[in-house]
Amino acid sequence: MSVDKLVGQIAGWLQKEGPLSDIVVSSRVRLARNYDLIPFPHRANKEQLREVISKTEKAIKNSNYLKNTLIINMSDLTDIDIQFLVEKHLISQEFGKPKSERILVVSDGEIISIMVNEEDHLRLQCIQSGLQLLDSWRLINQATLELESQVEFAFSKTCGYLTSCPTNVGTGMRASVLIHLPALVITKQIGKVLQAVAKLGIAVRGLYGEGTEAYGNFFQISNQVTLGYSEEDIINNIESVVKQVVGYEENARTLMMKEDKKVIEDKIWRAYGVLLNVRIIDFQETLNLLSLLRLGIGLKMIGKIDRILVNRMFIITQPAYLQKLEGRKLEPYERDIARANLIRENLERRGK
Amino acid sequence: MLCQICGEQQATVHYTEIANNKAVELHLCEDCARKKEIIDQSGNFSMADLVKGLAGFIGTEDEEENLKCDNCGLLFSDFRKTGRFGCSRCYKAFQTELEPLIKRIHGSTKHVGSVVPPKHAKEVQTLSKIEKLKIEMEKAVQREAFERAAELRDQIRKLEKRIKK
Repeated sequence: MSVDKLVGQIAGWLQKEGPLSDIVVSSRVRLARNYDLIPFPHRANKEQLREVISKTEKAIKNSNYLKNTLIINMSDLTDIDIQFLVEKHLISQEFGKPKSERILVVSDGEIISIMVNEEDHLRLQCIQSGLQLLDSWRLINQATLELESQVEFAFSKTCGYLTSCPTNVGTGMRASVLIHLPALVITKQIGKVLQAVAKLGIAVRGLYGEGTEAYGNFFQISNQVTLGYSEEDIINNIESVVKQVVGYEENARTLMMKEDKKVIEDKIWRAYGVLLNVRIIDFQETLNLLSLLRLGIGLKMIGKIDRILVNRMFIITQPAYLQKLEGRKLEPYERDIARANLIRENLERRGK
Repeated sequence: MLCQICGEQQATVHYTEIANNKAVELHLCEDCARKKEIIDQSGNFSMADLVKGLAGFIGTEDEEENLKCDNCGLLFSDFRKTGRFGCSRCYKAFQTELEPLIKRIHGSTKHVGSVVPPKHAKEVQTLSKIEKLKIEMEKAVQREAFERAAELRDQIRKLEKRIKK
């Protein structure tokens, strides 16, 4: 099955580090586009949905950016395959719901992907490591414009690109940054920071878990408004907010090391110790321990382990990813054992 | 900080709504946010519900309820219930009713994005030029430079004619 091609493959954004990657994990830009007249997916019949697919496939064949892409028919997939794609950040939870006539287009290196017939006819995204929103936007914009030279997207002179939900109209762009803020969480300043960011009309949420109780201390920062500002303005706004938050995190790290050095060192080395010796572990504990290990690398406490490896481990230790790696369905208990083995193998190999 | 509604639990959902350049802040706990439908069951911001909530404020007259999109048949009342459009043409069909809603969501009703379909590039450029001239004209009127304002008005008319062609 076509998804299996993605199992051994490491996404481009997990292979190298980008700007500020000590704290910023990845940058993602998503554009929403629709064809004129054809009802939006939730109101379209099978025939109309098929028309969307065939139009898109035809345009992709003639595109330079998307020539060698993998095209996955969502209805061919098992539940584990679907969850695996969610864990890989290639599709939304919503796109995984069992509905027919949906395809996923994945470019070489998983840098660009397109969900066809999600909430909008096309949801095109580009994901890269570190803080690279502008670059990601340029890439996805080029790829989208290339498609647009062959097909016509719904556009109004006043409202811009038209979308199924009025919250996306205009640029149709959602730019988001995945950011790792362990020191702000440990020093209990995260609530203040999140509040300040929310005041700027920018959305923040925990990547795993909720609110300030985000497991692994990962947060996602993204724009709310898609109309009335240019794409560059929206991106510059988020980038400047992200840079500020990075500054707060750096300060918190310095402060923490000044006041509680031994306590922090103890936490991080214990986490590393557990990960090296663990035999059974669930994903939530993995997240929290890897988060501390990642912090330890940032504080130059742990030099043997490479941050890229840790970033990758956050992805491959997720439940469905594990099962794809093992090549079979695993019960939760079996998963926790397989996860422990995978963690030890990865750390031992690099740690020597 | 405690939740602004129940005043008991820690506020973990921070939501700011900006309407007409005024920001209204809400700091809520998960439970109250869920009750207010600001976040969905899994704890994510539920945009659809938010829009539904906002859409509920507008267009309460019967005439508006029966407005229908010619292309896909969606009724305005359907949109108010779901917060989702049926097709690209719904924007045109409900244009007047939508303006306040879009303004509430985005604080603006005009697309000024730098990306424009190749077909519309020229027209959009002209439109943004018109917008700029209009602002300039208003300023001219304010400082009682009526000759300049008249000049600008003529320029605007000329550009507008060009678009209509």
